[in-house]
Amino acid sequence: MLWNEEFETLPREALEALQLKRLRTTCERVYANVPFYRQAFDAAGIKPSDIRSLADLSRLPFTTKQDLRDSYPYGLFCTPMEQVVRIHASSGTTGKPTVVGYTRRDIEIWSELMARCFSAAGASRGDIVHNAYGYGLFTGGLGAHYGAEKVGASVIPMSGGNSKKQIMIMKDFGSTVLTATPSYALHLAEVAEEEGIPMESLNLKVGIFGAEPWSNAMRQELEAKLDLDAIDIYGLSEIIGPGVSIECIEAKHGMHIMEDHFIAEIIDPESGEPLPPGEKGELVFTTVTKEAFPLIRYRTRDITRLISEPCRCGRTFHRMEKVSGRSDDMLIIRGVNVFPSQIEALLMNVKAIEPHYQIIVDSKDHMDTLEVQVEVNHHLFSDEIRHLQNLSASIQKDIKDLYGISCKVSLVEPKTIARSQGKAVRVIDRRKDRA
Amino acid sequence: MKVQQISIFIENQAGRLADVARCLTEKDVNIRALSLADTQDFGILRLIVNDVHKARVTLEENNFTVGLTEVIAVKVPDRPGGMAEILVILDECGINVEYMYAYVDHGFDDNAVIIFRFENLDKAIQCLTEHGVHIVKSQDLYGM
Repeated sequence: MLWNEEFETLPREALEALQLKRLRTTCERVYANVPFYRQAFDAAGIKPSDIRSLADLSRLPFTTKQDLRDSYPYGLFCTPMEQVVRIHASSGTTGKPTVVGYTRRDIEIWSELMARCFSAAGASRGDIVHNAYGYGLFTGGLGAHYGAEKVGASVIPMSGGNSKKQIMIMKDFGSTVLTATPSYALHLAEVAEEEGIPMESLNLKVGIFGAEPWSNAMRQELEAKLDLDAIDIYGLSEIIGPGVSIECIEAKHGMHIMEDHFIAEIIDPESGEPLPPGEKGELVFTTVTKEAFPLIRYRTRDITRLISEPCRCGRTFHRMEKVSGRSDDMLIIRGVNVFPSQIEALLMNVKAIEPHYQIIVDSKDHMDTLEVQVEVNHHLFSDEIRHLQNLSASIQKDIKDLYGISCKVSLVEPKTIARSQGKAVRVIDRRKDRA
Repeated sequence: MKVQQISIFIENQAGRLADVARCLTEKDVNIRALSLADTQDFGILRLIVNDVHKARVTLEENNFTVGLTEVIAVKVPDRPGGMAEILVILDECGINVEYMYAYVDHGFDDNAVIIFRFENLDKAIQCLTEHGVHIVKSQDLYGM
């Protein structure tokens, strides 16, 4: 389902012309209003008027998360505060959060993009949207909220937490669309099971899951356990929040990027050079319509590849594959690049293990060690030692086959791995503490 | 003939066995027999209790992973060679023992009781009864 047919199906040529026009305007605005960008452009020897084609984008300097931290809180804002109607901040896992601002028009555009996302997922007026993304500084809650209202759906502003009540409300209010992080959605399914409420007795038809990367194996699990279509949505607060890209329900393959507002590039994370179309690398975004907080060539650290083949849904926007890792979350264990998402996919293939696992990296005698803890639920449990030992041995072997490194697999009791209402902690790297 | 045995997955962590015992005590569940199979990282605690349902519910409520397994209990004379006789019979019938454990209960005619887990329980029951071995009924075992 299309929300804005004109823009979502714009022929590529017209789309690229629009991108170029908007890019030039954005460059002029940031150069005139933000000292950081003026200095960065000058240092790179480029002026906004030098941008004559989209290919010139690669001459512009990158912006990094560190630049955002250094400009805390308002250093990169491009409008006076009188025009800023909303402030969000990303979860600051280390030190201060990253602060972003929105003008009234930015909020309108964001709502429009989220409305497109709900339409792409097949939600519309008449749907009851159960929004379990956190409300607050985190962009998930309000982003989904405004978009759902825009399409005319009835929004239940649940936010996260209080899972038993969430189940009761979903059941009693007849929620048809669930918006949540995928790990919290699975947690809800678990709680529903404990409460003796089968998920298939609910009215849910589609779930829009984002804010953390998830695999196709996890899609199967989500769809089976929650009895709905699971749709991946992508976004980050720096760019706008959720709504940067989304899968369409027709293909469920790759997330359509809202290219009339954001220009995507794929670069080599080491050299910073743009990669040829279709290659896998780090995703970089330039916003071309944002007023309060435009970003030039922002390095997301997310690893993916772009898909330019036309999609059966009719959108002309290119798609990005599911994020397969992060260039900075990527673990280097004994010199091998390990992506937690790959380990997750591998666990799902062994006896359909629920994704309650944790990867613990440490070092012993200057050697990296890898441990994977897996919770033993009643599906995995066997009365016989050898069955359980075979289970951990087969996981061990799969990891060895994939990476060529040996690891320890620990079977642990249910509910011993920390759950969070929002994001799941999948990786603990103790090497950092020892460094 | 068959007896329900409760199996519990236990991480090798201080206090976990005590936690199991505490749960069962609180619900007044009596343990009739037990065995603990352990590896370096985890163990499986196998229990015969007087109230299987109650034990299972309370353990699950306390987040233990619990399984039910069918086993059989055999009465064995408490004297040298008592166990050997049974094992020879099983061997002759070509029946493999997955695991076993035993205890002596003097309130039970001064006999020992051996709990057996076989791959093929029905075949084992047939073999043992044909050879006149006394298989303890579950209600007798739970209520002993």
